[in-house]
Amino acid sequence: MSTRGMVIIGGGETGASAARTLREEGWQGPITLIGQENLAPYERPPLSKGALALGSEAAPAFILKEQTLEELSITWVREARAVKIDRDRHIVQLADGQEIAYDKLLLATGASPRKLTLEGSNTTSVMELRTFADAERLRSKLEAGRQLVVIGAGFIGLEVAASARERGCQVTVLEVGHRILMRGVPLGIAQAVEARHREAGVNFQLGVGIERIESASGEQRITLANGQELRCDAIIAGIGAIPETSLAAACGLDVGNGILVNDRLATSDPTIYAAGDCCAFPHGVYGGTRIRLEAWRNAQEGGAHAARNMLGADQPYEAIPWFWSDQYEQTLQVIGLPDASTLTVQRHTEDESLFFFHLDDEHRLAAASGIGAGIAKEIKLAEMLIVKRAVLDPVVLAAPGLKLKALLKELS
Amino acid sequence: MLLEGWIYVCEADAIDEEDVIRFDSGSRSFAIYRSEDNDYYATDGFCTHEKVHLAEGLVMGDIIECPKHNGRFNYKTGQAKKTPACEHLTTYPVQVTDDGKVYIQID
Repeated sequence: MSTRGMVIIGGGETGASAARTLREEGWQGPITLIGQENLAPYERPPLSKGALALGSEAAPAFILKEQTLEELSITWVREARAVKIDRDRHIVQLADGQEIAYDKLLLATGASPRKLTLEGSNTTSVMELRTFADAERLRSKLEAGRQLVVIGAGFIGLEVAASARERGCQVTVLEVGHRILMRGVPLGIAQAVEARHREAGVNFQLGVGIERIESASGEQRITLANGQELRCDAIIAGIGAIPETSLAAACGLDVGNGILVNDRLATSDPTIYAAGDCCAFPHGVYGGTRIRLEAWRNAQEGGAHAARNMLGADQPYEAIPWFWSDQYEQTLQVIGLPDASTLTVQRHTEDESLFFFHLDDEHRLAAASGIGAGIAKEIKLAEMLIVKRAVLDPVVLAAPGLKLKALLKELS
Repeated sequence: MLLEGWIYVCEADAIDEEDVIRFDSGSRSFAIYRSEDNDYYATDGFCTHEKVHLAEGLVMGDIIECPKHNGRFNYKTGQAKKTPACEHLTTYPVQVTDDGKVYIQID
């Protein structure tokens, strides 16, 4: 291999994880990490949680500090936007005209917040949350007593709602769907989350559309489809994300809902890989179903996995989807794909945790989800059972005295 | 007979084999482990990556895996074994008395 080196487009969790892994796996050639922000790679999960908390430090949680980037001899190209990939010449072109040659290229371009396309909505009237700068702007608006409207009852919206309530803001959550957490979270857990928010004083309006937004002298006015008007000091939208595929599409790579990769995370060009939020990959544990995930673990492990395959490991990517959310004192976690299940068994635990097992037609464990203090160990054990393709008896799973660890050992 | 400075944690059988519990003393939090072969260990209670109680994580062999970001430590040595956990844990001496009580020495 020549010494053009490894090039990574995207300075988020995926790109940082890939860069670090390349070095840890012994790659001694050049590594170039291209990021759009001025900040070294930092963690995004705290942006809707700890970064908004009272007394929080106004500094990001770095994944790779500048000093670490130097120590690892990773060339970090900051505030740079890749505009073109020349696949014939193996060159990435940046907006400023600079050209960077690659042997292998990783697209870790992530996803961008879906924009609200309403009369009156624009970047000055409606905030979004993806970057540390977004979080700082939002935090400056969350003074006690202020009215905040959150559009969208997904994880970002609900975490922001919880953080804002804890800071003493009045919070209204608007959601066009008829329940919160529509995607990937079973109804029982969504209900528990909603109940906790209501207890904290969050006002929900579900199943309601928005007609327009007007801004005047610091006050915002939202007109709902039912004619009702809401006045508030700030609006934030958390209505999903769109995978960043434009660069891939422009150079002729296969693209659908995400950059299409194989189970090795390679795109339709074998010298170009993609990982994290931007790519859709076939998952071996779920019958090769193509999935795209927007989750921290997928970003981190996908980046590391792609890096190893770029170095020739040739391993399928079969990390089990996993995500968590923290709201107030509650943690919820989902492992696997609940949507791949046909039967849900509720586990009655001694503490007040709620726990669900999601089984497919053959009673194979497809997913598990839980909310409450004691769920983390069980979710981890459930992951190990999913990896084993374990077929489980629903009656056994519902038993109050069940010890998943013992069950796992029996299957070993 | 215990020397001065040892703090009572719990009965030995209050921790399952290959498991961990949380123990708070004053403003400090610790994680107390029982290994598969019935030895007892103690470390700081929080993951060094983010302030999460390790006792909510899973013990597998010599490893405690943090429930939040899956960082891993060898709880017998405190050594960080998997990113994002990079800083090691402090470990503390543990003693189990003949009458089955677990004590740790934290100073």
